[in-house]
Amino acid sequence: MSCIEQMKYKLYLERTSFKEAREYIEKNSEEVYYVDPGYKIFKDYYIIGVPPVAMGVRGKEMLFTYVKPCHGTFVMGIDSEEEINRLRENEKEKIKKSLKRGLKEKAEITSQPASFGDMWKK
Amino acid sequence: MTEGKKALLVMGCPEVPVQTSMVIYLSHKLHKAGWIVTVAGTDAAVKLLKAADPESYYVQNTIDLDELIGEIIEKKVDFDVCFVFMHSDAGMTYGATFSVISRARIYALVFGKNAEALAETIDYPAEKIVAKATHNPNPLKNKIDKVVL
Repeated sequence: MSCIEQMKYKLYLERTSFKEAREYIEKNSEEVYYVDPGYKIFKDYYIIGVPPVAMGVRGKEMLFTYVKPCHGTFVMGIDSEEEINRLRENEKEKIKKSLKRGLKEKAEITSQPASFGDMWKK
Repeated sequence: MTEGKKALLVMGCPEVPVQTSMVIYLSHKLHKAGWIVTVAGTDAAVKLLKAADPESYYVQNTIDLDELIGEIIEKKVDFDVCFVFMHSDAGMTYGATFSVISRARIYALVFGKNAEALAETIDYPAEKIVAKATHNPNPLKNKIDKVVL
């Protein structure tokens, strides 16, 4: 049993499909972040899900999906500034990486000859 | 050549009768072909297996599903092939998770009353083996027998 079940949580959807749970989080959160399945929260719970897995922030509460093989998907809410900050940091890292990739691609493009004349020089 | 390769069988909720017998069947078949087989499931699903195979003749290695997911993510273990048994949306969701966290080739074994509709929701890389089987294991068994590894 995950430590989540021993924490103080709220249930917003019970025994639903993963798709409906994701849509609930997307519609009912002030901020939505997407993570891969396997993203770790609260020390020992790895998120189970179909990518893209939505995680929501509503005030001090983090909304996330919790899947049990015999009971389906639940949308849970737990107050945790620490986990919310980690989500935001994770998002910043993703943006940084995609910016770096973008700059690298741009550099590769600009390193190509700019005109037919330049090509001829080569 | 399959000798020494590792296969994982992931059980869903054991409420549909064909699952436990097909897990035992597939585990034995793979083991005889030289695969090292591990079966993962919930506490109830593993208990059902162990009760049916008390001397581990057909199923040699079992592990708790959540514990295994942690071990794969932490790169302590991984597999060459992974058969995910599923008859519900939750099972399909676990299959999606394995397709992301593991390097194994994924086989989605879809069964139960709504097997075809459930199989249509699978949009991750997996070979689908679909049979509308709940009590009679033969439709699923026949399809498993056609899988070439």
